[in-house]
Amino acid sequence: MLSDKDRIFTNLYGQHDFGLNGARARGDWDGTAAILARGPEAIVEEMKASGLRGRGGAGFPTGMKWSFMPKQESERPHYLVVNADESEPGTCKDRDILRHDPHKLVEGCLIASFAMRAHACYIYIRGEFYNEAVNLQIAIDEAYEAGLIGDNACGSGWKFDLYLHRGAGAYICGEETALLESLEGKKGMPRLKPPFPAAVGLYGCPTTVNNVESIAVAPTILRRGAAWFSALGRPKNSGTKLFCISGHVNKPCNVEEELGIPLRELIDTYAGGVRGGWDNLLAVIPGGASVPLLPKATCDTILMDFDSLRDVKSGLGTAAVIVMDKSTDVIKAIARLSQFYKHESCGQCTPCREGTGWMMRVMNRMVQGRAEPEEIDTLEQVTRQVEGHTICALGDAAAWPIQGLIRHFRPVMLERIAHYKAGRSSPPMKIAAE
Amino acid sequence: MAEHHAGEDGFVQPAHFAFDAESEAAIAPILAKYPPSRQASAVIPLLYVVQKQMQRTADSRWVPRAAMDTVAVRLGMPPIRVYEVATFYFMFNTKPVGKFHLQLCTTTPCWLRGSDDMVAACKSATGIAHFGETSADGLFTMTEVECVGACVNAPILQVNDDFYEDMDAKLTMDLIAALKRGEIPPRGSMIGRQTSAPVGGPTTLTTLDSPPAE
Repeated sequence: MLSDKDRIFTNLYGQHDFGLNGARARGDWDGTAAILARGPEAIVEEMKASGLRGRGGAGFPTGMKWSFMPKQESERPHYLVVNADESEPGTCKDRDILRHDPHKLVEGCLIASFAMRAHACYIYIRGEFYNEAVNLQIAIDEAYEAGLIGDNACGSGWKFDLYLHRGAGAYICGEETALLESLEGKKGMPRLKPPFPAAVGLYGCPTTVNNVESIAVAPTILRRGAAWFSALGRPKNSGTKLFCISGHVNKPCNVEEELGIPLRELIDTYAGGVRGGWDNLLAVIPGGASVPLLPKATCDTILMDFDSLRDVKSGLGTAAVIVMDKSTDVIKAIARLSQFYKHESCGQCTPCREGTGWMMRVMNRMVQGRAEPEEIDTLEQVTRQVEGHTICALGDAAAWPIQGLIRHFRPVMLERIAHYKAGRSSPPMKIAAE
Repeated sequence: MAEHHAGEDGFVQPAHFAFDAESEAAIAPILAKYPPSRQASAVIPLLYVVQKQMQRTADSRWVPRAAMDTVAVRLGMPPIRVYEVATFYFMFNTKPVGKFHLQLCTTTPCWLRGSDDMVAACKSATGIAHFGETSADGLFTMTEVECVGACVNAPILQVNDDFYEDMDAKLTMDLIAALKRGEIPPRGSMIGRQTSAPVGGPTTLTTLDSPPAE
């Protein structure tokens, strides 16, 4: 169990002052100038050594991502863009950083921007986080006022400007290139890659997009050292992580723990256990809506890290743990996610635009059981035709929850169909498109 | 543009829109955030300024067509680009809404925690039959929204900019009743939780040597 002294987000629950005085008392902005004095290369190397993997869902090594930026400044300015468009269902960790520990993010923005030779950084925050944006703007203003950022950030001679930009209710803008389109004042439709943002990003300039948590942990890693961070967690899955535990637990909550903590320990220790006891568990979605669910048997032993969850055909994603007890209509739980993806598809790619609606309609019939048993395989095949055939990962994200449902709960789907048939004298519709 | 008349959707599109002094004061620092040749970046922020002004002046946060045209002129954008943005992003209302915009999250994490009960209570308390409709008194519009990102405090009812968390049927009835009386209850957990900490108080961050300063 992680001890408090190794927790990074010491104001996670907002019991203390989120402003500059409170942040300084918690150790933020301590020796920032000395960190900058190490130089960009040394900072990037330390981040690489820490083993930090991106906290936005994909788990790409943060230090390596930073190293992709051009090493020399040119006529095209460099940008850091922070993805605070937290919208993956089940996920509410960045919200706590933004409203309760915003100075960790502001300081991280300065250090990361310096390391990537960016003089400007935009934080793109989801529009619904109005009050969180208010707190963050206060922190930004305080940092300017104190000379921590601005023309001569922390007295380092580095000019650094930080801007907050609110989105307006589009899940797709959490995809990094859609976010850049949105920040440029357009519809949030993802761009084809390559070119990657490190070459052609915001306003056509070299850009790195990082998740809030990835940036906010950077100052602490650099202060305490890569060795401290990489000693926590498991090999190739280092460090601490914010977990969000929602759904059918006795005490839903956010908590910071080591990567690799057993799922059962996470739920029992911090979330008061599964409603009705561990044996009342049906399934868990371990990493936000887009990762396939895990049946109870897997939950008994699984460790919460990138590689362990990948090995069971799921994923750590955003570490948003959605718990479902045995009272859950698991088909409906997944059908509701299909409705989510249908609503949030930007409509640019045909397989996603048409596929998400099709999958939602078929899933809604599966909830009723108004289907033929063979249609389960048809549905599975359609998810494979959407997956991997779109510009961004939203198509994949819409496909995976359904694949997980079919993989682990096909008997429940068949039983629902049989039950529906039993209640009707005439056969249901022929196999149809939807 | 046509004079005041109820359009096909049964509401009036104002013939003109102009930013007032309060809005102008908000716009200047927004425009300064973006490079001079990249002012289109300010389109979402300016549409928010519009909605805020409409709320201030007409008790309804929405974006009339005339306001989109005003934004287009201000930012040097073709009007169609502003229409695209205003209709792509869910938080811009392109028709009038009630004074209190009730945004009910029903995505799976909220649904698992009883958002159906919250929805039913909301309909009962406001007299609204379906999502997307406004109550007869014009006070409330009910909208079904997707995950608002506060899932450990599910279910969530967002009223204008504020999240009301850990809701159930009774708390929803009480909240609507308070709004009708003209009261705005404090936002956040409605069962007294410390934000995202577990019920009963934090079980971590309790042993720090030197407690963070207040």
